[in-house]
Amino acid sequence: MADVVRGQFDRRVNRRRLYGQIFHALCLISILIGLGMLALLLVDIFLDGWRRVNWEFLTSFPSRKPEQAGIQAALFGSIYVIALAGALAFTLGVAAAIYLEEYASRNWVAKVIQINIANLAGVPSIVYGILGLEIFVRYLALGKSVLAGSFTLALLVLPIVIIASEEAIRAVPPSIREGGYALGATRWQTIWRLVLPQAFPGILTGVILAVSRAIGETAPLIVMGALTFVPFTPDGPMSRFTVLPIQIFNWVSRPQEGFHEAAAAGIIVLLVVLLSMNALAVLLRNRFQRRLEG
Amino acid sequence: MKSVADNSPIIETRDLNVYYGPTCVISGVDMEVETHKITAIIGPSGSGKSTLLRCFNRMNDLIPSFHMTGSVLFAGRDLYDAGVDPTEIRYQIGMVFQRPNPFPKSIFDNVAFGPRVNGFRGDMNALVEDSIRRAALWDEVKDRLKESALSLSGGQQQRLCIARALAVQPQIILMDEPCSALDPISTLAIEELMRELSNDYSIVIVTHNMQQAARVSDYTAFLNPGEDKTSELIEFDETRQIFTNPKDERTEAYITGRFG
Repeated sequence: MADVVRGQFDRRVNRRRLYGQIFHALCLISILIGLGMLALLLVDIFLDGWRRVNWEFLTSFPSRKPEQAGIQAALFGSIYVIALAGALAFTLGVAAAIYLEEYASRNWVAKVIQINIANLAGVPSIVYGILGLEIFVRYLALGKSVLAGSFTLALLVLPIVIIASEEAIRAVPPSIREGGYALGATRWQTIWRLVLPQAFPGILTGVILAVSRAIGETAPLIVMGALTFVPFTPDGPMSRFTVLPIQIFNWVSRPQEGFHEAAAAGIIVLLVVLLSMNALAVLLRNRFQRRLEG
Repeated sequence: MKSVADNSPIIETRDLNVYYGPTCVISGVDMEVETHKITAIIGPSGSGKSTLLRCFNRMNDLIPSFHMTGSVLFAGRDLYDAGVDPTEIRYQIGMVFQRPNPFPKSIFDNVAFGPRVNGFRGDMNALVEDSIRRAALWDEVKDRLKESALSLSGGQQQRLCIARALAVQPQIILMDEPCSALDPISTLAIEELMRELSNDYSIVIVTHNMQQAARVSDYTAFLNPGEDKTSELIEFDETRQIFTNPKDERTEAYITGRFG
């Protein structure tokens, strides 16, 4: 048998190797295109805006004169809204994920809920803006406040947090839960002391993604009525506000060249805020992971 | 410490039938686990050894499709009575799993976990040390209690899991193929430890390794699935009897290696 079959292999080593190299090259090109575009964008923005990024820009309010326009109101607005939205989405999202993974029975209702959460993650953000306007601004009479804005953004990113947290919780091996139960731990103790610490790094990754998305959102906040011209710093949760992307959008749409520069500078500020928030979360996550792995 | 007289069984099953959904996986098991003895459960793969073991601390409750009839008496009390909270009985019935499953915490925190969740108010350092000593692990870990339990070898991890189980002062320890993921030397260490522990604890061990059952156990239960895939307790007797003079021909066929 062996002798008969041996002649029938057409191994074509060279051709297979060529396919491998082509595939390798395609993957490389893809990453280069992605990175290249990003670099181009960053360089362009930086060249346009770096001259405007200074202390004065950060501590001035918007102005009709482009060279005097600053970003303080939008910067503080963004930080307030994101901090509140992030905290809210984290708390609600993790709790919902715990319920779905650890408490809900695995029946068709749970499945329907799960599928719909995934669907919600794909709903256009402007729809959340309309929801926020109806429920928070009008029905709950919060007005066009920081609070209403952060509630709206929290709803928007909630599905992302829930899905990521569910996956992180699911990734904790069942043997860990069994180990806890076998020692007489209650379900609550097992979740709180064993499952959550181990799932936390994964949950944090989801929160990073969610906050990164929320900080760049413009449409839902415009719909729910955030201002475009705010000559004051928001002084509490009920204050009116604007955020960085709205301010940037506003400047970009002006005809004067000076406002375009201010927009580029605003984008740099937005990127710095975004990256430092992400860096903080990554740092936290790595510390947690090290503590677990010892 | 001993709440049961030495001569009465600590666990007794009466006409125990186990179902996963509509499928009966184990039927009609009547057996006893004698106090301060080692009882082995042997049988071919899929014969429901682990399922039976997990009836003894209500671990099967975690499987939604599980249900059972009959009764499991622990120190004379039916574990499946309506008023029994599984959390409350589990700390009296320690369990060691097939794969070592230390928590991703320090060695100390692994052992202290059980006492903490059960509200232990005494000297934690002393309790942890005593538990690790009983598990014959102290000399290897005494200088690194703050290190992660995951840095230990597989055999050490399994002894840590035994120490963790001992720390909540159980009366009985259930071991589900505790050596199947370990090398021969670690296996030997665990077997010696089991003999040592049987002075103070009752032990039930599930094993697919007949030599292990013959080496360490005082009593042996042989489970075997019938034509309809439902497992029955074919024979339950002193280990000596089972291995030298089995009454049932299926037991003899299994222990002489003709199947399984």
